[in-house]
Amino acid sequence: MNILKFIESLADESVMQAKGSRRESLGQFSKLGKNLALAAIPFGLASTSAYAADISPTPSTPIGALQLALTLEYLEKEFYQMGLDSGVIPLSENAGRDRKVFEQISKHETSHVTFLIAGLGGTASANFVPKPTFDFTVGGAFRPFNDYPTFLALAQALEDTGVRAYKGQAGNLISTPDLLTAALQIHSVEARHASEVRRLRGLKGWITGNQRGAGMPAATQAVYDGEEVTLQAGYNTASLFGADAGSESYDEPLTTAQAVAIANIFIV
Amino acid sequence: MKNVVSIQEVKPSCTNRRSFLKISGLTLVGTSLLLAGCNNDDDENKPVNQFPGPRNGVFDLGGGDFGVLTYAYALEQLEADFYTKVVNASGFTTNFTAQDQIILTDLYRHEVIHREFFKTALTGALPDAKTQLLPNLAFNYGTLNFSNRTQVLATAKALEDTGVAAYNGAGKLLKSPDYLLLAGKIVSVEARHASAIRSLINPNSKDFAGDDVVNVTTGLDVASNPSQVIPIAGGFITTKFTAQYLP
Repeated sequence: MNILKFIESLADESVMQAKGSRRESLGQFSKLGKNLALAAIPFGLASTSAYAADISPTPSTPIGALQLALTLEYLEKEFYQMGLDSGVIPLSENAGRDRKVFEQISKHETSHVTFLIAGLGGTASANFVPKPTFDFTVGGAFRPFNDYPTFLALAQALEDTGVRAYKGQAGNLISTPDLLTAALQIHSVEARHASEVRRLRGLKGWITGNQRGAGMPAATQAVYDGEEVTLQAGYNTASLFGADAGSESYDEPLTTAQAVAIANIFIV
Repeated sequence: MKNVVSIQEVKPSCTNRRSFLKISGLTLVGTSLLLAGCNNDDDENKPVNQFPGPRNGVFDLGGGDFGVLTYAYALEQLEADFYTKVVNASGFTTNFTAQDQIILTDLYRHEVIHREFFKTALTGALPDAKTQLLPNLAFNYGTLNFSNRTQVLATAKALEDTGVAAYNGAGKLLKSPDYLLLAGKIVSVEARHASAIRSLINPNSKDFAGDDVVNVTTGLDVASNPSQVIPIAGGFITTKFTAQYLP
C-alpha cells in the first residue's frame, strides 16, 4: 500500500459520484473487454489515478498475506452485501434456502474483514490497506445483481478463489503461528461456503479436475486452472479411483500473482 | 510443546522473531493474535528421538513434523474406515437417497486416497518406516447402525468437523512449508465435506457453516490441538496409542 493509493481511497466519494455516468459509458460497450471499455470512458472521468487502481502482488511476508486476504475479503463482503441489498436472490428460491445461505456467508465475510483489519493493526496502521473500488459487472460483462444465475456463478468463483488464495499464503505465515492458525480458520470457512454455493448450483461441493462446472462463464476458468493435479508429494492420487477422485481429494493453491490477477478483474 | 517452556524466552531464534513482529507492526494486533509465541519452534530442544514408534510396547505418534503427519494419518485411517463401512453396508443403496450415495461414495474415495497418501509419504520420509510407520489401526463404532441414515450422517458430520478442527490446529505445529501446504490442500476438502454433510442433514438452513462451528463474531472455524482431538477420535479407535510429544 503506497501513499498515493491511500490518498486515492480518500477520494472514494468523488469516484462514487462519477459512477453513474461511468456505468452508462460501460453499458454501451458491454461486449468489450474491461480494458477496451475503460478506454471508452470520457477522458475527464478516466483519470489515471482513479482507474489504474489494480492492486500489486503483496510481499511474501505475514503482513503481505494478511493484506491480500483483506482485499479478497473486501471483495467478497461487498459482493454479498450488494447481492442481498439488490434483491437478486429470490426469497422463494429453494424454499428460502438460498437467502439463508447468502445471509450466513455475508455475515462471515463481514467478520473476516473486521478481523483482518484488527490483525493488521487497525485502520491507522501503516500496514492497513483500504478497500478498493469494485466493479462486479467487469465493465458490463456480467449482471450479477440483476440475474441470479450470474450472481451464483460469481459467488462460486469468489469462494473457490478464496480457498485457493488463502492456501497459497499459508507458507508466508509459517513464522507467525497464531496468524497462520487464524488464516487456516478462515480458509476452512471459505471452503464450507464454496461447497454450499457449488451445491446450490447443482455441482459437487468439490472441484473435479480443472472443471469450472456447468454454467460458469469462461472468464472464470483462471479460478480452476491448475486444480487438476493428481501427484501429491510423489503419490499418484489417481491410482485407486481415477483422476477425477484424485484431483477432488486435494485443493490446489493460487500464487500471490494469480490471486491478485483474479482480484484485479473486479478492481477499478 | 510441554517441555522447555521456562527457557524459551531467552532463545535467540525467539528473540529474533519477537523483534520481527515489532518492526512489522504486528505488536498492534488484537489480543487474540498477540499470543504469537515461540512454543512451537523448539525442535532443537527436543529429546533426540521424537520419531513415531513403539515406546514401552505402545505406539507413540511422535513429535515434530513426523508426529503431526502420523497424527493426520491416524485421523485419515479413521475416516477412511468409517466411509468404507458406510458404502459397503447392506442397504446402502436403499437407505440413502441418490444424492447421499453420490456424496458418501465421493467421501469414501477421498478419505481412502488421503489415507494411502499419508502411508506412502510417511513410508518414504521416515528414516525407519518399518518401526516408525503407524500400523493399521482397529476401529469400533459401538452401537452405530451403518444402515441408519440419521446415525451415519451424524457421525460423518462429527468426523468431518473434527478433521477440519484438527488440521486447523495442526498447521502451526508443522515446520516444513511443503507439509503445511499439503495439510492445507487436504483441510479445505475436509471442510467441503463437512459443509455437504451438514447440508444433507439440514438442507434448508445455514448449517453448512453453522454458528456451532463458525464463530459468530470473528467468522473463524474451529482449531483444536491433538490433545483435544484424540479423545474424540479415540472413541472409535481400539488400537492403543499415545501422543506424548504432541500438544
